[in-house]
Amino acid sequence: MKISLKVNGQLREADVEPRKTLLDTLREDFLLVGSHAGCEHGVCGACTVLIDGEPSRSCLMFAVQADGYEITTIEGLAPAPGELSVVQDAFCETHGLQCGYCTPGMVLTAHALLEHNDAPSRDDIVEAISGNICRCTGYGQIVEAVEFAADRLRKTNLPRHARSDANNPGKPPFGGNDALGHGVLTAVQPDTPRGGRA
Amino acid sequence: MKPAPFDYIRPVSLAEACEVLAGDEDARIIAGGQTLIPMLAMRLARPSRLVDVIRLQELRGIRVEDDAIVIGATTRQAEVERSEEARAALPLLAKALPWVGHPPTRNRGTVGGSIANADPSAEIPLVAVTLGADIEIANTSDRTAMPADDFFIGPMLTAVTPGDCVCAVRFPRWQHARVGTGFHEVSARQSDFAFVAAAAQVALDDDSRCIEATLGLGGIGDRALRIDVSALIGHAPSETAIADIVRAAAKDLEASSDLHASASYRRRVAATLGIRALTDAFAEAASERGAGQ
Ligand code: FES
Ligand code: FES
Repeated sequence: MKISLKVNGQLREADVEPRKTLLDTLREDFLLVGSHAGCEHGVCGACTVLIDGEPSRSCLMFAVQADGYEITTIEGLAPAPGELSVVQDAFCETHGLQCGYCTPGMVLTAHALLEHNDAPSRDDIVEAISGNICRCTGYGQIVEAVEFAADRLRKTNLPRHARSDANNPGKPPFGGNDALGHGVLTAVQPDTPRGGRA
Repeated sequence: MKPAPFDYIRPVSLAEACEVLAGDEDARIIAGGQTLIPMLAMRLARPSRLVDVIRLQELRGIRVEDDAIVIGATTRQAEVERSEEARAALPLLAKALPWVGHPPTRNRGTVGGSIANADPSAEIPLVAVTLGADIEIANTSDRTAMPADDFFIGPMLTAVTPGDCVCAVRFPRWQHARVGTGFHEVSARQSDFAFVAAAAQVALDDDSRCIEATLGLGGIGDRALRIDVSALIGHAPSETAIADIVRAAAKDLEASSDLHASASYRRRVAATLGIRALTDAFAEAASERGAGQ
């Protein structure tokens, strides 16, 4: 069956068997192998792509069903060759990936979340990525990456004086108990009993 | 993990879809596909053809009427979750939806798909049974409605016959001024299949006496059940009174045993969650201001 869909802004066509999933079509027909095949039955989230902007599992959709939709894969996020999107960069900065198998799905899911909500709470983030399994990181740094990206996205539109706190080491760049630098100033006071803690 | 071959058809109208279904017993409807595709991939299902109804506009949308809210079968779960109208008119469903799968599966999964799939632990069928919703079904000759209680027969088993298509779910809307809801669930992981889920809705009069109450339990047996809590009506029950009524009703429930949970565990949790859901519902209804206040 002939299908045509928009992938990362480009119109693509393919002739596929009805039983071929969108995931396999992206990987085999379009050679976009950034969408990973993990479980192939909807459990792990490694295959997540954006369908009309919403994160969905590409292993749970046949390519014929996707006919006419707009698909965004991880290859479509970077603003230019050799560059990273804000979310991708935040994952690097906070060590939000180890083996990288879950990462395309995580990044796309986080990207979609931040499109709707640039000030997500920790719970919002955890809920958003709850369908994506990561076997390496323990999720802590992934959540941190999304908080960090949200913070950067919010600040990109602020005048310089309003973001002066970015360089203030006493104030972590984003909120929450898992924030980078949280507890650092109170915990480390050499030469005082118990590190200066009450 | 690749499905067996099948034909794929995308009808342009409900009538055409019904015709295809009537002409081929082994054809299956696909909408969101969030349950069907894994079953195809594991070859637990081998339909001859898939009839894709997701783009049929006549099956889509949320319509609020005076005494009901009608949700088209192919309306995506995420759309209902986001709809202010649906949340206001159907607070119990709004509380249940975050428990359905994960955000990405709710983006594609449909309300009608969950109903037609009839998983005994699924939340949307539970809400339909709890509220006494009607399921609208079409086939080549007519369009009928069936109470949820008759529709669900057993695990993955409904009164739908080959050639039928679920087209909408009609949830009744309570007219009372003070309505409260509660929803609780226990599963191995967030968003995994519920071992037990409880959904409750109550309405109070101006003196905080209960005028209507319903409690549904899912996951414990082979389909969602409505529990008789009519003893609450006419009273402003204390928490212990609620507990006594629910425990008495849950005592003889037929519960299933599996690797995850024994029947006695399920019965015990059903009573506890039922009490919690009702208590929440009473507290929420009490915080609503009545017409006379
Ligand atoms: S590969 Fe699609 S969810 Fe695991
Ligand atoms: S980084 Fe290895 S699975 Fe997430």
